[in-house]
Amino acid sequence: MKTLRDIRVRERARVQKLHGHGALRRRIMDMGVTKGVEVFVQKVAPLGDPIEVTVRGYELSIRKEDAALIEVTQERSL
Amino acid sequence: MSIKIALAGNPNSGKTTMFNDLTGSQQYVGNWPGVTVAKKEGKLKGRPDVVIQDLPGIYSLSSYSPEEVITRNYLVREKPDAVINIVDATNIERNLYLTTQIIEIGVPVIIALNMIDIVRRNGDVINLKGLEDALGCRVMETSALRGMGSQEAAAAASELAGSGESVHIPPVFNGSVEHAIAHIEESIQDRVEARYLRWYAIKVFERDAVILEELHLPKALQEHLEEHIEECEREMDDDSESIIISQRYDYVGKLVAQCVIRNIKAGGTDSDKIDRILTNRVLALPLFAVIMFLVYYLSVSTVGSLVTEFTNETLFGDWIYTPLSAWLARVDASPVVSGLFLEGVVGGVGAVLGFVPQMTMLFLMLSLLEDVGYMSRVAFIMDRVFRKFGLSGKSFIPMLIGSGCSVPGIMATRTIENDRDRRMTIMTTAFIPCGAKMPIVALFAGAMFGGSGLVAVSAYFVGISAVVVSGLILKKTRPFAGDVAPFIMELPPYHKPKLSNIAHTTGERAWSFVKRAGTVILLSSVILWFLQSFGTVGGRLMMVPDNNTSLLSSLGGWVAPFFVPLGFGNWQAAVATFTGLIAKENVVSTFGVLYGFAEVAEDGTQIWSRLAADFTALTAYSFLIFNLLCAPCFATIATIRKEMDSARWTLATIAYMTGFAYGAALMVHQFGLILQGNGLTFWSGMAFLVLALLLFLLFRPKPRVHGRYEPVSAPAEYRAVCPVGCKGCPANPENRKQIGRNRP
Repeated sequence: MKTLRDIRVRERARVQKLHGHGALRRRIMDMGVTKGVEVFVQKVAPLGDPIEVTVRGYELSIRKEDAALIEVTQERSL
Repeated sequence: MSIKIALAGNPNSGKTTMFNDLTGSQQYVGNWPGVTVAKKEGKLKGRPDVVIQDLPGIYSLSSYSPEEVITRNYLVREKPDAVINIVDATNIERNLYLTTQIIEIGVPVIIALNMIDIVRRNGDVINLKGLEDALGCRVMETSALRGMGSQEAAAAASELAGSGESVHIPPVFNGSVEHAIAHIEESIQDRVEARYLRWYAIKVFERDAVILEELHLPKALQEHLEEHIEECEREMDDDSESIIISQRYDYVGKLVAQCVIRNIKAGGTDSDKIDRILTNRVLALPLFAVIMFLVYYLSVSTVGSLVTEFTNETLFGDWIYTPLSAWLARVDASPVVSGLFLEGVVGGVGAVLGFVPQMTMLFLMLSLLEDVGYMSRVAFIMDRVFRKFGLSGKSFIPMLIGSGCSVPGIMATRTIENDRDRRMTIMTTAFIPCGAKMPIVALFAGAMFGGSGLVAVSAYFVGISAVVVSGLILKKTRPFAGDVAPFIMELPPYHKPKLSNIAHTTGERAWSFVKRAGTVILLSSVILWFLQSFGTVGGRLMMVPDNNTSLLSSLGGWVAPFFVPLGFGNWQAAVATFTGLIAKENVVSTFGVLYGFAEVAEDGTQIWSRLAADFTALTAYSFLIFNLLCAPCFATIATIRKEMDSARWTLATIAYMTGFAYGAALMVHQFGLILQGNGLTFWSGMAFLVLALLLFLLFRPKPRVHGRYEPVSAPAEYRAVCPVGCKGCPANPENRKQIGRNRP
């Protein structure tokens, strides 16, 4: 199973499934990370965590441990 | 009859700018009850009959964060006459996601497509008519930053408020979801107000715990509805909450595809380009250090301290103190009156007000960083360090500023949106040694440690360790263990700062500080002045020349025994600690007075030999640690009270700090004695107990606690395992019974 955590910088992925529960899961979805959406990993913070992704046209920062809850499939990079 | 208009929208959508634009200076700022979230209300410029209510910035209307609960409770219970939903047009998809939820509440809505100037500059085109037709409400273009369109939107909203127009609900959900919702609507329609029927029905479908608790549906009905929801979940192969969210986003995604034509530029936007440098893996940290240095240097070291010197020496000294004392002498005022005014009022409040310019400078720069959007990058860069001990990346700035003065440091926590992170940062910021504690350090370093610079270094080390240890301990305590804030944060595009916005924020923060100086700080300074200047001589209460015979010294005598285990059980040390409550540097001058010197230098050179006689290196260090960590000065306590907006939290903070200081000083002194070859005593045993308690608190497993806003629709496997079962949590069998019970 591949998660958003495994996607390298400047690569694209499509969200397949969301794990986790409660506030965290709801928050991830409320921010627009829902099934089928495409995310693009912009960069990693200078200290190695969190990561910055582009989703639905805006920049979102998410911790790696939370990104591991987002199951994705790799998309071909442009 | 006045008209109530609420402003709702995402964070960073320009809501505050629009609020300032609409209300001008006609604002009332407070806190929403029970949380540290600011509540702002104001009157529409030129329309005293229209009240504008600024709601917290939110992404959704779930029940997981205090901001969201405040907003939805306001919309449903306070029944505003109209809502202006501010939508960041440059980030339209996620913003319209909230819009679909606001419309469902059934309040008349005007959509303000804000930052439209940036959209135009990017060459994007938005079809307003298409959005209006689909969403069933008026869509207006605004740019609050340029003062464009806000007034028109407010006028349209007040017009709409009176029109009684019925609300059109856009077709967001697909057939089977609509079917289930319609079924729920039918079943609960006699239990809720008609205009909110759809809102409640969707929330029941989502299994929103707060709503289920409020409705108290009969058990049979609840189970019947549950069947419908589960059927829908099976069909969609997802849980009901996710179905709703996904379908909303699908709907908005399609709408945006139809109505927005994007002009995709190669190389990204200007904001992307700035971010490529500012959050660059290599450059981010050095640039961050430079920016923080500039903020600190300009506000604390140069401009700030120059102006502070002026206010302290010239304004309060030459212009207020000297003429006032001359005038009091001329009118032959009694020593009580002149003492009260000169030492109590001007001395106490002046000491605090002297910081106002410095603080204004600091707030100015913080508002600037906030306004351009750098603050969220700070959190992005520093998150990894701070989250280890339960704080947020944004806690860095309060701590840095706290090394100058805790008061602006604690006020700087306003940039932390999350209630839990903010409270925790407030509780720990005052541990960082502030500028006023440095004279105490210098005094003891000079008197006992041959002026070693290591003492000052160790003071910062002790302060930072106290923050780290407290973070680790506090994050496992009940109030903090629950509401773990997911760090899923938007990095908004940078934009040009708006001067009036910055001036507004700065003015507001500086003013709230001045107000406190006039109330709490004034009162406590006067009380302490009284205790210091009066004493009983021959059974009569009268003014005494110095602290040696004052009421405070008797108080010091009573309290001193408590400090014996820490090694400084003499009353002078106790009195000095008390006067430190006015301002920490008072500790030095108090020692001066108590040892018979009218005035001492800032580092107290004159009393070094006297101190050396009363203290040993060990007891001096223990005293130093206690004074660095114990209850902060009145100004800081008053600030904590204001920012926490709760007497209980304030008391808890002071008690925690003082307890922590006592424990730390006890361990230093007792373990020091043992190392010096002394035998074990009762108090060394206590010190070991404190150490054991500390280690336990540090390393115990995190208790399983749900916060108030924690799992609402817990999945089945979760319900089976969770042993806690908080109020409102479906995992608690008690609650399931209660949800099923009939309404009274």
